Amino acid sequence: MALRWINRRPSRPLSVFLALIPFVLVITAYTLASDARRAVNPADKLLPAPAQIAATADRLLTEPDRRSGRILFWVDTAASLQRIAMGVVIAAALALGFGLLIGLAPTAQAALAPFVATLSLVPPLALLPILFIVFGLGEVSKVALIAIGITPFLIRDLAARTAELPREQIVKAQTLGASSFVVGLRVALPQIMPRLIGAVRLALGPAWLFLIASEAIASENGLGYRIFLVRRFLAMDVILVYVIWITLLAFLLDLLLRQLSRRLYPWAEAGL
Amino acid sequence: MSFVTVQNLFQSYGTRPILERINLTVEEGEFVSIVGASGCGKSTFLRLLLAQEQPSRGAISIDGAPPAQEPDRDRGVVFQRYSVFPHMTVRDNIIAATALNRPFGALWGAARLKARAEALEVLDRIGLAHVAGQYPASLSGGMQQRLAIAQALAAKPKILLLDEPFGALDPGTRLTMHDFLCELRDETNMTIFMVTHDLPEGFKLGDRVLVFDKPRWDPTDPEAYGATITYDFDARDGGIPYQRLVEETHVPLTL
Repeated sequence: MALRWINRRPSRPLSVFLALIPFVLVITAYTLASDARRAVNPADKLLPAPAQIAATADRLLTEPDRRSGRILFWVDTAASLQRIAMGVVIAAALALGFGLLIGLAPTAQAALAPFVATLSLVPPLALLPILFIVFGLGEVSKVALIAIGITPFLIRDLAARTAELPREQIVKAQTLGASSFVVGLRVALPQIMPRLIGAVRLALGPAWLFLIASEAIASENGLGYRIFLVRRFLAMDVILVYVIWITLLAFLLDLLLRQLSRRLYPWAEAGL
Repeated sequence: MSFVTVQNLFQSYGTRPILERINLTVEEGEFVSIVGASGCGKSTFLRLLLAQEQPSRGAISIDGAPPAQEPDRDRGVVFQRYSVFPHMTVRDNIIAATALNRPFGALWGAARLKARAEALEVLDRIGLAHVAGQYPASLSGGMQQRLAIAQALAAKPKILLLDEPFGALDPGTRLTMHDFLCELRDETNMTIFMVTHDLPEGFKLGDRVLVFDKPRWDPTDPEAYGATITYDFDARDGGIPYQRLVEETHVPLTL
């Protein structure tokens, strides 16, 4: 009798094959559509041929800008990565402090949890104009948007993870003489660190969204800025190169964090 | 005066009574097993001894000290699970018994070296020296509980509380753990309270076996009354459920 679908497990080669299918389908569909459009109008800009995208990528990655003499692609990448890194690091630090406090101390939870829950309902992008007015159009408002955008989520997640620590462990630490501070520092903090990395991996998606949104509106460089700039010239080839690059960066960041977590917290391996 | 005194202890959650009128005196070095059906307040009693909860009425005093408000170093504890710190190596778990008591939860310099050496000695004694650098997750259930007991004892508590410590172990491991616990007890003369579901275990290990049950029972409202200590057996003499006969009954005891 045929197995139920929920019990069928594809073999390793089949899994790889199945995983490739959607990618191949999308690329094929794109190529066919591009061919069709360019057959009608060879100067079509909407769907540039894959070969043209590759040529554009080659140009963007290697040729310096004529006016500034710098390769704008790498300037944009550095600017964007710096912003997202600062935003995420600030958010993670805040979340770690407040998350531990809320998760461990009932008084802090009573005082802060409803406020954080309310804050997390405010759409961060709606705050962007306020940030621009308060902090100006410079770096601060962009980093602030990323930090504000993901901090409430991170705090709530870490507070929940801290509160989930087995009560037995907290009690045990007390019977060994640990103060509240020591319980936080030696029992909760180390166990929350891999959770923090996990939460940051999830928050990176929204972080990229806020980064690109703030760069699109007011900036002088950055990956989001460039995409929205060349949109005016209908430079689909440039946009696509940037989109692929952003996707790759997001993937690499995620991979980096995962490896970091495995390397630093081998004891958490089973739980993650 | 007795070492542990429980006076007229009541505990209720909201309007629901759990424990009623518990009076108990325990001498230093006694091993008290606590048995009873599920939901009859054994674990609640242990949490009260631990000062993790405060009683509704009555008081528990250990070694003449005023009743504790929260868990402290006078009370060592081993739970069925989650008793060791998963993010610390086996050796660091033993060191934690000393280190967590310090301002930053860590030892420095000479104290650190001394604690490490002592921890290795302890691990050597309990047969875990070969896994000193490993994390608890890689240990078997029995080894983890052995570590948890050694960790609790390393803090030199006045009483040791065991909440179904061997409940999750297979029968063979359980027997070796019994021997282990008996050895440790002979060495330290620790006053021990152990909650267990396993009657033979309670009688085998304990000097006394306390049975928790509800003396009053309302069939229309099973939660109307709380539990108390209904039997207090003397369980010495090789762990045979056996009451020392006071009178000569002329009945031949066959063994």
